Amino acid sequence: MKAYLILEDGTVFTGKSIGSTKEIISEIVFNTSMTGYLEVLTDPSYAGQAVVMTYPLIGNYGICYEDMESAKPWPDGYIVRELSRMPSNFRCEGTIQEFLEKHDIPGIAGIDTRALTKILREKGTMNGMITTCEYEDLSEVLPKIAAYNTGKVVEKVTCTEKYVLEGNGPKVALLDLGAKRNIARNLNRRGCEVTVYPALTTAEEIIASNPDGIMLSNGPGDPKECTSIIEEIRKLYNTDIPIFAICLGHQLMALATGADTHKMKYGHRGGNHPVKDLQTGRVYISSQNHGYVVDTDKLDPSVAVPAFVNVNDGTNEGLSYTGKNIFTVQFHPEACPGPLDSGYLFDRFMKMMEVSE
Amino acid sequence: MPKNPEIKKVLVIGSGPIVIGQAAEFDYAGTQACRSLKEEGIEVVLLNSNPATIMTDKDIADRVYIEPLTVEVVEQLILKEKPDSVLPTLGGQAGLNLAMELEEAGFLRENNVRLIGTTSQTIKKAEDRLEFKQTMEKIGEPIAASRVVENVEDGIEFTKIIGYPVVLRPAYTLGGSGGGIAHNYEELVEILENGLRLSRVGQVLVERCIAGWKEIEYEVMRDSAGNCITVCNMENIDPVGVHTGDSIVVAPSQTLGDKEYQMLRTSALNIISELGITGGCNVQYALNPESFEYCVIEVNPRVSRSSALASKATGYPIAKVAAKIALGYTLDEIKNAITGKTYASFEPMLDYCVVKIPRLPFDKFISAKRTLTTQMKATGEVMSICDNFEGALMKAIRSLEQHVDCLMSYDFTHLDDEELTGQLAVVDDRRIWVIAEALRRGFSYDKIHEITRIDKWFIDKLCILTEMEMALKTQPLTAELLKEAKRIEFPDNVIARLTGKTEEEIKDMRYANGITAAYKMVDTCAAEFAAETPYYYSVFGSENEAIETNDRKKVLVLGSGPIRIGQGIEFDFCSVHCTWAFAKEGYETIIINNNPETVSTDFDIADKLYFEPLTPEDVESIVNLEKPDGAVVQFGGQTAIKLTEALMKMGVPILGTSAENVDAAEDRELFDEILEKCGIPRPSGHTVFTAEEAKKAANELGYPVLVRPSYVLGGQGMQIAINDEDVDEFIGIINRIAQEHPILVDKYLVGKEIEVDAVCDGEDILIPGIMEHIERAGIHSGDSISVYPAQSLDDHVKATIVDYTRKLAQSLHVIGLINIQFIVCGEDVYVIEVNPRSSRTVPYISKVTGIPIVPLATRVILGKKLKELGYPTGLAPEADYIAIKMPVFSFEKIRGADISLGPEMKSTGECLGIAKTFNEALYKAFIGAGIKLPKHKNMIMTLKDADKEEGIEIARRFEKIGYRIYATRGTAKVLQEAGVNAIRTNKIEQESPNLLDLILGHKIDLVIDTPSQGVEHSRDGFLIRRTAIETGVNVLTAMDTARALVTSLENTDIKKLTLIDIATVKNI
Repeated sequence: MKAYLILEDGTVFTGKSIGSTKEIISEIVFNTSMTGYLEVLTDPSYAGQAVVMTYPLIGNYGICYEDMESAKPWPDGYIVRELSRMPSNFRCEGTIQEFLEKHDIPGIAGIDTRALTKILREKGTMNGMITTCEYEDLSEVLPKIAAYNTGKVVEKVTCTEKYVLEGNGPKVALLDLGAKRNIARNLNRRGCEVTVYPALTTAEEIIASNPDGIMLSNGPGDPKECTSIIEEIRKLYNTDIPIFAICLGHQLMALATGADTHKMKYGHRGGNHPVKDLQTGRVYISSQNHGYVVDTDKLDPSVAVPAFVNVNDGTNEGLSYTGKNIFTVQFHPEACPGPLDSGYLFDRFMKMMEVSE
Repeated sequence: MPKNPEIKKVLVIGSGPIVIGQAAEFDYAGTQACRSLKEEGIEVVLLNSNPATIMTDKDIADRVYIEPLTVEVVEQLILKEKPDSVLPTLGGQAGLNLAMELEEAGFLRENNVRLIGTTSQTIKKAEDRLEFKQTMEKIGEPIAASRVVENVEDGIEFTKIIGYPVVLRPAYTLGGSGGGIAHNYEELVEILENGLRLSRVGQVLVERCIAGWKEIEYEVMRDSAGNCITVCNMENIDPVGVHTGDSIVVAPSQTLGDKEYQMLRTSALNIISELGITGGCNVQYALNPESFEYCVIEVNPRVSRSSALASKATGYPIAKVAAKIALGYTLDEIKNAITGKTYASFEPMLDYCVVKIPRLPFDKFISAKRTLTTQMKATGEVMSICDNFEGALMKAIRSLEQHVDCLMSYDFTHLDDEELTGQLAVVDDRRIWVIAEALRRGFSYDKIHEITRIDKWFIDKLCILTEMEMALKTQPLTAELLKEAKRIEFPDNVIARLTGKTEEEIKDMRYANGITAAYKMVDTCAAEFAAETPYYYSVFGSENEAIETNDRKKVLVLGSGPIRIGQGIEFDFCSVHCTWAFAKEGYETIIINNNPETVSTDFDIADKLYFEPLTPEDVESIVNLEKPDGAVVQFGGQTAIKLTEALMKMGVPILGTSAENVDAAEDRELFDEILEKCGIPRPSGHTVFTAEEAKKAANELGYPVLVRPSYVLGGQGMQIAINDEDVDEFIGIINRIAQEHPILVDKYLVGKEIEVDAVCDGEDILIPGIMEHIERAGIHSGDSISVYPAQSLDDHVKATIVDYTRKLAQSLHVIGLINIQFIVCGEDVYVIEVNPRSSRTVPYISKVTGIPIVPLATRVILGKKLKELGYPTGLAPEADYIAIKMPVFSFEKIRGADISLGPEMKSTGECLGIAKTFNEALYKAFIGAGIKLPKHKNMIMTLKDADKEEGIEIARRFEKIGYRIYATRGTAKVLQEAGVNAIRTNKIEQESPNLLDLILGHKIDLVIDTPSQGVEHSRDGFLIRRTAIETGVNVLTAMDTARALVTSLENTDIKKLTLIDIATVKNI
């Protein structure tokens, strides 16, 4: 069946329908990872967005359920050049086609994903519609597409109830803003007892549990939409509990302490961005997935100073909070997908918790 | 960390002659590195014995030494030039080994020279088997269990621990001879016994067999601050067991999930960090296809063949960045030249698929075993880029220029299912064609995978291609079907064959339906950033992004495709220089080529690079888009010449010598007319089509005769026949290759072979120099030792040669380059071959005369006259140097190949000896070619009857300098009768000790074995030559070469070589 991708600017790509045939409108973003499509699909940060994979051959090794970063896929739609008709890997348990169908995610294959990526790069991230319906007159759908807003998506992706991953080490409270599983797994693997809290948990409840450290996770959407969560995070900032934050958590901590964020033209999504640790001068290749970024020019050095910077475009990739046991990063040390280079940051967090004890 | 200000003058060591396993990729890497150093204001001193390279050009380095790559030479060079640093990581293993020896001997320290780009510790940790093992164990990186054994019992004992099968590798045998895989006790004992005997040190490595695992490679970079990145990973379609150089390779990996990808990536970064490499490094893995288990197979602590491939596959210039790192820069300080926005610390992301296929020399060595093993046999490779795997594979296949254009090109339909199943188990260069046939017959993926261990994902992709064949054969050709066939890169001619239409009809149908090639950019970043460098590949069914340019006149330069015997790196030298010369004249330059190892496919050589197959259809798609003002074909070898007619049909003017005149040189009748008109004699001969006609012609001319197909390269298929049986056999061989052109039968003349290259502007000619071959006519010019200036010609003969060259160039209306080969018998000069194009000797003669003939030819092509350019006409004054070009062979790599020299070219590379005297030049040339004598002063002579008399003098001279000569009965008798104290030795079939035992005793320096001509070569001679080669003994098969060698050995007074900076050689 034919499918169409209609962009907000009126560009139409015609391809083949994959997954569900339902019609969706979403924000279209591209990801440049060459492997890890399942991790991308199940990353809750993609809620409210449809993802284009720039690597043209997707689905080669099928679906390995243990690689899922959350219980289900989150993107509204999936856009690829070509889906492999026969996956091959010793862990393969199914095809990506079946997976998309099962989770009712519509997609489009067989389009020139490079041309699409170039549009997004040049004009910036924009909304789009994936549909199997051939619209004669775009003017009826374009306003609808333009009007789309990801809105408050954190509430949709966070867990409904808190749960605990047992461990003998430090107790970590993980605020699930749309957390990838590998964050908790990384802490748990280092011995931590990890309690995962829903996004709207009050600061008081977390503080009352007397954790050794607090972890703020990644998550989807515009950080400024998370008004109430920012309030709670401000309270967490005011404690002496060590805090480590990733991605959305990093942005929310910045907003909670008076800094500002803005939407990037087309964001960073992929597994190849160099970030420089300003303390050591070392450069690490990082896994990234963000469309918003913290403004460093308005940063108050008495509150926070940049700790990491993106080598390519100079944008902020991490903050170190002055006089506090808090550090936050924009990229994803938990990887999955992507390079494992910055996994050492979890060790740094472990040290912070040890020292403060 | 910025550049180290103490580094001001750097010695770069190249890799020497092209041999299998160490080829053009090092010229690419070295050239890029030298340019990168010069960009930083560093004075570059270059040492490389290979005159065909671009790196040994005076434009690339400040001081250029084309001298043998030996410790003595490097030491002397360091004392002479006083560089403050040595960069050894770009010259392959050869360069690295040299640097290592100097460092260990303390020479570098004593002379205050620093090693940059690596340390001796790093090299040791990566290269020394034991240290490597310990290093890997230390950081917990697994390697395949192995043990060195010195007797069969220990081997059996160790195998009990690791289990069958085991890989056995005898130490210090070349070409992996004597090794193998043992699956059971009997095989183990047999191979082990043989291997221990073959090994010079009596050692065999017994290793756990991981054949059948996935073979994965990572290209990694690290700077002195410890920052590391991976440039690219690659997956071999052929599982472990086939050398990666002989495997079909895809980039990035296709069947690895993120967990496997990152696991190996992390491992590679750990390894490069532990080894402390500053620069590039290649790590090869075996990955168990059924688990996360892996083994590190090998680490190359330097730029390698794979890194050249990775550079071209991603656009990330590894050698350039490695050079900058060696100067002290860190990755985050080096700009990515492709995007101009990102930095070298950014990992490339591909949004396409790359396929590399090796170019194997089995069309040259028909007696060689086609099987692929852990010993590399490929002479070159092709790469292709597409947005799908099937398309990339199809493009790579047709880039090979081996009469293959799809998966039907090798026919296995004659095999029954059982035979086909057997054929699937044979690992050779035709395996994907065998799989395709199996798929057509409905063999299951499981069965094919079970036998070949090739991942089912790849098998499925091959099946998609065979399904398309079937669809085209059986279904009506709709626009939809055609579109899909083009998406996966079926060429028009294959579609035409399958649908029963003509190629023209297919093309018309494509155009009518708007199915044309579009071009995408290789940008290192999957379109995330706007890129500035126009490096393109084609796809069907996508938007075109090649930017239209019209501001300057455009010239299309056609490259020379994969490196093969007969068409090597020389033609890349010519293409690159031609491109530069056009750019200097204000042209926009466009290169089409498909060879990832070359300088011409570096993204900053031409204004635009199209990485595409060199077939008429692929070229036409580019021509349609670019509409060039002209094309040059005379610099790209036969590959480019073959495209002339097609280009003319497309309406592209051929710049320089016209196509009709190229034809005239190749067409026997036209050419004979021209010779007659000019009054130039040639050996008499005939053009024939059948064996009967050939025999008739041969008898008329009188044997011996030369038999060869017209339109060939490197004497392919050329043979000397001494009787009718030979003719029958040769014609049979020639006809095995699709033969569209007639066959030539010529009288074989014995005389001196002379060669000239000349530039002609239509009126005047310039001959930079006359070259004389040491071997008599009958041995291919590419395999002969060539001497400039010619030593034995009198002025009259020289004048005749100049006169003939002028007449031929004028009659053929040559505008640009012409290459002519002559035979001189006494005072008579005969023309044997004329090529109105650049030749193999162009880089050599340019360098030793200081006359830049490619730029000159290019300017002539653009209408300038030689006189206007300030060059004299006629024969240029002779240099006061003697320069000797020595062929270098890779025989030890190709099992079963006959090494005896003849009219068919067999050498893979060359080196230069340049000196004030003939003897020193010759000595340098032999040393450069790796012939280092004496060691034991024992030699074997076994000569054919015709050579026996001549052998006496040579034997006497060897005896005089202390050689003990062993000879077989006939030869011994002749020698003894002449007073040479030759020791008679039993032939192979006679009882021990015989010739073979002597060779296997590892005490022989040299074998002189002249095989009888014709087909009836003895199996004995063949076996002797092969055994000698495989145990590292020098073998000569021509009397002239033997005489040259003894002359060189007699000159023991040459202790200290005089090194010559070739950049200062200037005759005019």
